Amino acid sequence: MNSEIYREQIIDLYKYPNNKGVIDRTEMTHSHHENNPTCGDDITIYFKVNDNVIEDVKFEGSGCAICIASTSLLTDKIKGKNLSVVNEINDDEVLEMLQIPISAGRLKCALLSLRAVEGALK
Amino acid sequence: MEQKLNISEEFNIEEIREKFPIFNNNPNLIYLDSAATSQKPETVINAQSDFLKNFNSNVHRGIYKLSIKSTELFEKSRNNIAKFINAKSQEIVFTKNTTESINIIANSILDIVDNNKTEIVITEMEHHSNLIPWQQLAKKNNMKLIVIPITNDYKLDYDEAKNLINDKTAIVTLCHVSNSLGTINNIAEIISYAKEFDALTVIDGAQAVSHFKVDVKELDCDFYVFSGHKMYGPDGVGILYGKEEFLNKMNPTTYGGGMINTVSFDETTFADLPEKFEAGTQNISGIVALNNAIEFIEEIGFDKIKDHESELLRYTIDNLKSLELIEIYNPGVDNSIGVISFNLDGIHAHDISTIVDEDNIALRAGHHCCIPLMKKLKLAATCRISLGIYNTKEEIDKLIESLNKAKEIFK
Repeated sequence: MNSEIYREQIIDLYKYPNNKGVIDRTEMTHSHHENNPTCGDDITIYFKVNDNVIEDVKFEGSGCAICIASTSLLTDKIKGKNLSVVNEINDDEVLEMLQIPISAGRLKCALLSLRAVEGALK
Repeated sequence: MEQKLNISEEFNIEEIREKFPIFNNNPNLIYLDSAATSQKPETVINAQSDFLKNFNSNVHRGIYKLSIKSTELFEKSRNNIAKFINAKSQEIVFTKNTTESINIIANSILDIVDNNKTEIVITEMEHHSNLIPWQQLAKKNNMKLIVIPITNDYKLDYDEAKNLINDKTAIVTLCHVSNSLGTINNIAEIISYAKEFDALTVIDGAQAVSHFKVDVKELDCDFYVFSGHKMYGPDGVGILYGKEEFLNKMNPTTYGGGMINTVSFDETTFADLPEKFEAGTQNISGIVALNNAIEFIEEIGFDKIKDHESELLRYTIDNLKSLELIEIYNPGVDNSIGVISFNLDGIHAHDISTIVDEDNIALRAGHHCCIPLMKKLKLAATCRISLGIYNTKEEIDKLIESLNKAKEIFK
């Protein structure tokens, strides 16, 4: 095992995550803040939902490479999708999305994004 | 079963490392998390299993030979721990860890505090275990929690400390060594401020006792607590030292077998010290084996331990400094021991820890149970190197190499 774990994709997404930012208050329909007190990962996610479709999703916050990459990937995945699809997304799917093995110690980092989405939409 | 140590007069790191089975079984392991728990020498491990194989029986209870022997070993441990910190045996209470020791004190300390004293003084660098019990005690009893700040160079602000301790101060409590910053606090100085106002002093020595000699009589602290597992001893054993005069006046809050004098359905009178605070069966085999941890430390000798660890600390700080874009949270080699926290610019502590783990380096990342301290430093988390007697310069070299790799990956 070598630094495969930090394949370029994860590092790139950490440095240049997609969907970083806020949604205007006048357009925002849902938001949720989620954090991991053990390491300081801290994400706030904003949604613009129209007719059960996620028209836009953005996030703010800071965290480790795995957390930020996961949030970038997940927000990309759910943008434009129907809420019903989003409600089906589970932990395994998010972990698979990352395409790298996530150790037990980093699970919370990887899944914080999903927790934030669930917190906002469910 | 006597465990033979055979440590040379001259300090020999290879010989020391040989004493630890975990390094023989994991030759590539670079263990830099001794502040979390220390590794155990074979003599400690064997002492525990030998006790269980040969003398296992409950203490203080049996009339039979086996119980007399186990009681002897148990109390021998207590006596040696007392000697280790220059206390009397009856002033040594066994608990399960430092955290429990502090909670036990907090649960009864108001029995010996004047009603007009309404403030508890702690510091910004306390571990949660020496913060939350006092915070909760203050909340429940309408007392104020006062916090001594740290300075920009990670030391205690002694001037502020003097200002904050006054005739309303019931208790002053702080760590001897910070588990996040490595700072060695001038306990004697703080105790002198407390004594001016008859405030009680409770010292968290969890990160101190394996690194240098602690003399509770010299310090004249009222309470001193630490854990066996951080001083090369077994887990599940904690020590609570309290001055006899105070422990005698404090009421126990854990009740049951072993801590009584007389019992009826109406009334119970409690045992003398130290049994008064040791309800139920203790971690007997762990306590017996702790004796061997003390032997291990004393065979090497604190002079040699200090020399090795100070030199290693200096080496670590110097080498860390050579890394660009690093922030080191430590007051320097003259004011600290055993622990250094740091961050690499632009890389989260968890990511650093994961990368160096691939090189078999056990490096802690997180808030180290010091969330308020992290908040003060405006940090989410840090990486923490904590050194034990078995660590080497070569291991630090490998860490630096690994950190450089992390920097490359995140460039």
